[in-house]
Amino acid sequence: MGSLGGVVADSQFHVLAVDDSVIDRKLIERLLKISSYQVTTVDSGNEALEFLGLQDEENKDSDLPSVCTANHNRREVEVDLIITDYRMPGMTGYDLLRKIKECSSLRDIPVVIMSSENIPSRINRCLEQGAEEFFLKPVQQADVNKLRPHLLKERLRNNKSKLIEECLGSRPIKKENFQ
Amino acid sequence: MDVVSQLQKQFVDYSTSLYREGFLDDQFVQLQKLQDESNPDFVVEVVSLFFEDSEKLINNLASALQQQIVDYKQVDAHVHQFKGSSSSIGAQRVKNACVAFRAHCDGRNLEGCMRCLQQVKFEYSLVKSKLETLFKLEQQILAAGGSIPVLA
Repeated sequence: MGSLGGVVADSQFHVLAVDDSVIDRKLIERLLKISSYQVTTVDSGNEALEFLGLQDEENKDSDLPSVCTANHNRREVEVDLIITDYRMPGMTGYDLLRKIKECSSLRDIPVVIMSSENIPSRINRCLEQGAEEFFLKPVQQADVNKLRPHLLKERLRNNKSKLIEECLGSRPIKKENFQ
Repeated sequence: MDVVSQLQKQFVDYSTSLYREGFLDDQFVQLQKLQDESNPDFVVEVVSLFFEDSEKLINNLASALQQQIVDYKQVDAHVHQFKGSSSSIGAQRVKNACVAFRAHCDGRNLEGCMRCLQQVKFEYSLVKSKLETLFKLEQQILAAGGSIPVLA
C-alpha cells in the first residue's frame, strides 16, 4: 500500500473555479496555475454543473434538491476540486455546494468556498454543508496552498478503492494501480 | 545619474507615494508577485480588466439611481461587485468608497447614494490615472534597457 504514494503524483490535479467576476477568475486561475494545477474557469453555478455533466434544466435556480440520477451525461473530464465564489447572481456558491453534495457521483469532490464578506454564520453554514475550506477574498497563495492536502487525500482514497475493486475482481486489473 | 537610474528612482518614488497615500494596498504587491517571465503582462492585464469592469459598473450604477423607483438591492449588488474588484487589485480608496456607498444603500438614502457614486467615480478616475502613469514609467524603464525595481 506504500506504493500508492507514487500513483498520487501521476497526473496533474484539475481544479474547476467558479466566479462571476472576470477579475477574480483571472486571479484564481493564476494562483492555481502557479501551484501547477490544471484549471477550468466558469462564470456561474449553472455552467459549473453543465461542465460536471449534471444537466438540471427544471431545477436551475430553485431550492429543490437536484435530480441526480445515474443517467446524467457522463462527464469527459475528471475534476479534482471545485472552488467557488459564494455570492453570484442566480445560483449562489452555497446552492452549488448543496447540489454537488446531493449528487452521488459528485459528492466526493472537495468543494471550497470564497467570499469577500466575513460572515461567521455564512462560513459555518458552508462548512456544515460539506465545504472543505472557506477563503476570504482576495484569495492569497497561502490559501491555495491549503488545497493540496484535500486533493491528495481524495486521490489516495480513489486509488485505494480502485485497487480494492480490482482485487475483488469487480474491475479489470490495471497495472498502474499496482505500481 | 544615467537615464535608466533616473527613471528607476522616479518609479520607486511614485510607487511608494501611491502606497503611502492609500491609493494602493498590499493586494497590489501580491498581484505583482504573480507576474513573471511566463506571464510578463499579468498586472497590466488584470488592471485593464478592472478598468473595463469599473466603467460598466459606474454606468450601471448611474442608470440604476436614475430610475423612477430605485431598486436598492440592485444598486447594492453593483456596489458589492465594485468593492470586490477594487479589493482584488488593491485599489484601496475605491474599495473604501464602496464600503461607504453600501451603508447608504442599506439606508435606502438616494441623496447619500448619489454622493457616494460621485465619490466612487472620483476615486476611480484618480487611481486609474495613477496606475496609467505607473505603467508608463515601467514602459520607459524597459525601453531604456533597464529593469523594473521591485519594492521590498
